[in-house]
Amino acid sequence: MLTRRTLAAALAVAGATALGWSATAQETKTVAVTAIVEHPALDAARNGIRDELAAAGYEQGDNLDFLFESAQGNPATAAQIARKFVGEAPDVIVPISTPSAQAVVGATKEIPVVFTAVTDPVGAKLVGSLERPGGNVTGMSDLSPIGLHLDLIREIAPETARLGVIYNPGEANSVTLLELIRKEAPARGLEIVEAAAPRSADVLPAAQSLVGNVDAIYVPTDNTVVTALEAVVKVGTDNQVPVFAGDTDSVPRGAIAALGFNYYDLGRQTGKIVLRVLEGADPGDIPVEGVQITELYVNPGAAEAMGVTIPPALLERAKFVVD
Amino acid sequence: MSQIALLGALEIGLVYGLVALGVFLSFRVLSFPDLTVDGSFPLGAAVAASAIVAGVDPYLATGLALLAGALAGLVTAILNVRFNILHLLASILTMIALFSINLRIMGRPNIALITEPTVLSPFAGLGLASPVLTPLFVGAIVLAVALLLARFLASDYGLGMRATGANPGMARAQGIETGRTICVGMALSNAMVALGGALFAQTNGFADITIGTGTIVVGLAAVIVGETILPARRIGLVILACLLGSILYRLAIAAALNADVLGLEASDLNLVTAVLVGLALILPGARNPIKALVVRRAQA
Repeated sequence: MLTRRTLAAALAVAGATALGWSATAQETKTVAVTAIVEHPALDAARNGIRDELAAAGYEQGDNLDFLFESAQGNPATAAQIARKFVGEAPDVIVPISTPSAQAVVGATKEIPVVFTAVTDPVGAKLVGSLERPGGNVTGMSDLSPIGLHLDLIREIAPETARLGVIYNPGEANSVTLLELIRKEAPARGLEIVEAAAPRSADVLPAAQSLVGNVDAIYVPTDNTVVTALEAVVKVGTDNQVPVFAGDTDSVPRGAIAALGFNYYDLGRQTGKIVLRVLEGADPGDIPVEGVQITELYVNPGAAEAMGVTIPPALLERAKFVVD
Repeated sequence: MSQIALLGALEIGLVYGLVALGVFLSFRVLSFPDLTVDGSFPLGAAVAASAIVAGVDPYLATGLALLAGALAGLVTAILNVRFNILHLLASILTMIALFSINLRIMGRPNIALITEPTVLSPFAGLGLASPVLTPLFVGAIVLAVALLLARFLASDYGLGMRATGANPGMARAQGIETGRTICVGMALSNAMVALGGALFAQTNGFADITIGTGTIVVGLAAVIVGETILPARRIGLVILACLLGSILYRLAIAAALNADVLGLEASDLNLVTAVLVGLALILPGARNPIKALVVRRAQA
């Protein structure tokens, strides 16, 4: 039943494949980057990687082919992107975030992979061990120094006894972080109250559910909640509940303080690993790194709006004070 | 588009072909708009992944996933048939509930299967490279399911199911138990979708709670694109059209991923996919494709 329509479709398919079938050999180095979704932190990581490569002399269009694809939040698309990249045989693939990393690692055992912004690489079965990954995969973990975060909260808001944590139960990173928080909390005399927000539209109701029930709110490095941070800040300001964050990019957006790293620095540290791989190092020999630079960001204006004062000693220590 | 990207699109297109078959059975045959698939696709993945990680044989695990999907479809059907909840709403209820149920099954939002045995493991040592082996294997399974479905829908019971969807009142008058038929049809439909989910998890190495979002959209797009490209009346060809539609949809995405040559950015992916699928729907019906894009037909 070869109608005109089916013939047209067959020709279209043939045409599309013929167009791209020939693989072009590149003299330049190809770095293929993908993220599960685009948002400020992940974008900052990507920029960090690109800038680190530029600092080492790799310029886009000159001796570097820097590819980027976003999966628009869809794991099936992430899987297709992984296969697309594998088919293009780049020198290194850099997946940003856990679902993208899993898709890429599942698609290739030969091409070097340097993941980043993955909280629990061993739990996600990306590598067997952090010290010696073996295989073709290495990268950077963005696990927050939870203990230090809780200490910071106690320092700025000492009367905090009940700490609310908003998170997306559908994000593996957040589940890992919450387990860590629950482990570290008793030592600091904190009781944890959790509020689940499966989608960014659920963040506001989750924050509101904590009002009257907690003394402070902590926003972990959760993709869903960080996207809707302004909603949490509003609830905090309206109800005089201090809001703390796990990543420093959230502080200018209204969180009181964060001790951590910004994702741009994470990107630059990842870029260093990528450079080592480009120069011929075996990913299996490179240990998975954690964040090395921690900085203190504070927002006195936000603190005042939420009814707390930042101790002067902290203001001195802070790397960056938001006006 | 590289060979691997092409084979990858084919492979994922075949896996979602099962979703297309499931959506075809519920939406077209039973006239039952079924959003349960947004929950039963990850349900299949969750059950299969959890079972495999617990040490269950992958084939048994996939079978369990099938049963779980059937159960989900049955729940939606019972809500509609027995409790008279509107079919769309019944499916939404099941879909919402399945989000929490899937998390409970997995115990965490993401299970990695990269190092675990899968249904593909017995064939791994045969010498075929993975990018070729996987689409072949998945293709074999999907074609088998499609054939069984075609046989089923051509059987007496299957004809009764088609009658139920086409004209329930008349079907009842002919002595067909429409309530029971809907239950069986929905169970079958979601079993196929769950099988797709289980295969997706095993071919991609992970089961994640988010893989279900938008499944109904993909399924409907596949069914409709298939119908447009390959219009047919014989049930066998109609089913083949669903699979074709699913593969074409994935090829459209793969093509869109290569569209950066046109100056588009990574974030334009969804727009480009929509345009490509739209063109696939508009152009075949036009006598002069170029004219169809430029000239609007005068309303009669």
